[in-house]
Amino acid sequence: MTINPARPAISAQAVRKSFGEHIVLDGVDLTAAEGTIFSLLGPNGAGKTTMVRILSTLIPADGGDIRVGGHDVVTDPDAVRALIGVTGQFSAVDNYLTGEENLRLMADLRHLGRAAGRRRIAELLERFDLTGAARKPLSTYSGGMRRRLDLAMTLVGNPSVIFLDEPTTGLDPRSRRTMWQIIRELVTDGVTIFLTTQYLDEADQLADYLAVLDHGRIVAEGTPAELKRRIPGGHIQLQFAEPDALRAAVSMIPNATPDDDQLILQVPGDDSIASLRRVLDELDDARIDVEHLSIHTPDLDDVFFAVTGHAAAAIEPTTRQEEEVLQP
Amino acid sequence: MMLRRNLKHQLRYPSLTVMLAGIPIVFLLLFVYVFGGQLGTGLGGHGTGGRGAYLTYVVPGILIITVASAALGTAISVATDMTGGIIDRFRTMAISRGAVLTGHVIGSLLQTLAVLVLVLGVSLAIGFRSHASALEWLAAAGVLALFAFALIWLSAALGMAAKSVETASNTPMFLTLLPFLSSGFVPTASMPAGLRQFAEYEPFTPVTQTVRGLLTGSPIAAHAIPAIAWSAGIALASYLWAVRLYNRRRAAEPN
Repeated sequence: MTINPARPAISAQAVRKSFGEHIVLDGVDLTAAEGTIFSLLGPNGAGKTTMVRILSTLIPADGGDIRVGGHDVVTDPDAVRALIGVTGQFSAVDNYLTGEENLRLMADLRHLGRAAGRRRIAELLERFDLTGAARKPLSTYSGGMRRRLDLAMTLVGNPSVIFLDEPTTGLDPRSRRTMWQIIRELVTDGVTIFLTTQYLDEADQLADYLAVLDHGRIVAEGTPAELKRRIPGGHIQLQFAEPDALRAAVSMIPNATPDDDQLILQVPGDDSIASLRRVLDELDDARIDVEHLSIHTPDLDDVFFAVTGHAAAAIEPTTRQEEEVLQP
Repeated sequence: MMLRRNLKHQLRYPSLTVMLAGIPIVFLLLFVYVFGGQLGTGLGGHGTGGRGAYLTYVVPGILIITVASAALGTAISVATDMTGGIIDRFRTMAISRGAVLTGHVIGSLLQTLAVLVLVLGVSLAIGFRSHASALEWLAAAGVLALFAFALIWLSAALGMAAKSVETASNTPMFLTLLPFLSSGFVPTASMPAGLRQFAEYEPFTPVTQTVRGLLTGSPIAAHAIPAIAWSAGIALASYLWAVRLYNRRRAAEPN
């Protein structure tokens, strides 16, 4: 695998897709640089999965120019398929086989050869902490184990572009952290990751670059830091013990927003030491006692609210239906 | 590889194979021991009458119904695959578009042949005798295998077309009904006019008659060609349909 930062791993221009009357993607442009994590963020039904399905050659777009690893997904789908790995929302594992057999199947399909295949499988089982369960049938696997096996199967063929469609949806916090760790390690190997998520903290944790998809359009994009900078909302919050202290502080600090009931004062500003020190020094000089202080920096929730016009809370999943596990 | 995967499924979960063999064996015993005495007497020209004659008459029909019911399993296993996530994984890999289906079909075909041997074994155990030569046995096996191949592709296509595993286990049910409306269990001459015409022209009758002719010496000249033509036709049409469904799958499904 050679890394060429000048060439985007994924580039899509003016992608359109509708199902009947329903427009799912309405002219989406996006570019993911090689060796980075690109995150597509959006509420349920925004079109994230459809975008992944188009990029991974599962369904055709109605229009647009789409290239993965430089290959056109329409005219040269097999070249794209040879490069990519996809881990979808629904676990793509064979429930009738053991974990090891699932990996073996992938190794065979990728024509790894016997010895190389066995090495790769042992390595992946080890890395994903599945060695102990390798020979057990999948019906005994937990949700987190299935998800890890799923990703391991994707990695068997050493893909250079990996699509992860909501890889941590439905996982417990510990499994989520493990998954994040694995994803971070992948990028250090030079792999490009296209990650969709509805969790803002996940995008914040992982993404080098992110695009917010809403109603089939990209409504904002940039690095997480860039997006946060664009959004106002950073402030210092001061809590006072006495109403007199609050009144005194209000008269001193311009632009501050007091809350008389809770004795709280919000002072606009960023989280730099300088601005913090200035506020505290002024209060100190006037001998005003501050009981508590907290700093609020804008997070992706603020960004999301600002760019989509609806609260991030609305996009958190209520209860996700666990995929049906087909029992023999 | 896909074949190995499907064979592993069958080995790990033999209950389906056992069920597929169970149905025709139950039919065999039911028809021979419960209805056989009466039906054998009604056969007329087909031998000396009675239970033994009916056994000779019905075994080819039972072998055909074995093929039909074994094909049901294909629809179920294909649909199970299609409703799971793994199929999308296969579809994003650089593997031949037909490989997944072909694996199912060849796997089912081997399964069907194994079940046929089992059913034939039971038939021989309860007294079925054939005067067929080795060549005729081979020809009968060939006709059965070809017909099985056709029905399995049809079943695979039905499994592809089904939206759920439950639907997939129901839609190919007509395949197990058709042998009854053929010369499999009673001669078509004994049926009322409309039914007889249907029975004489539906694909199960020439196939049954060909197998019966090869195993028991009744004339096959008029049946062999239609039997092979039907099998080849069904196989080809179903193959094209199944592969088309495979390539188009989920294209119209939002998210």
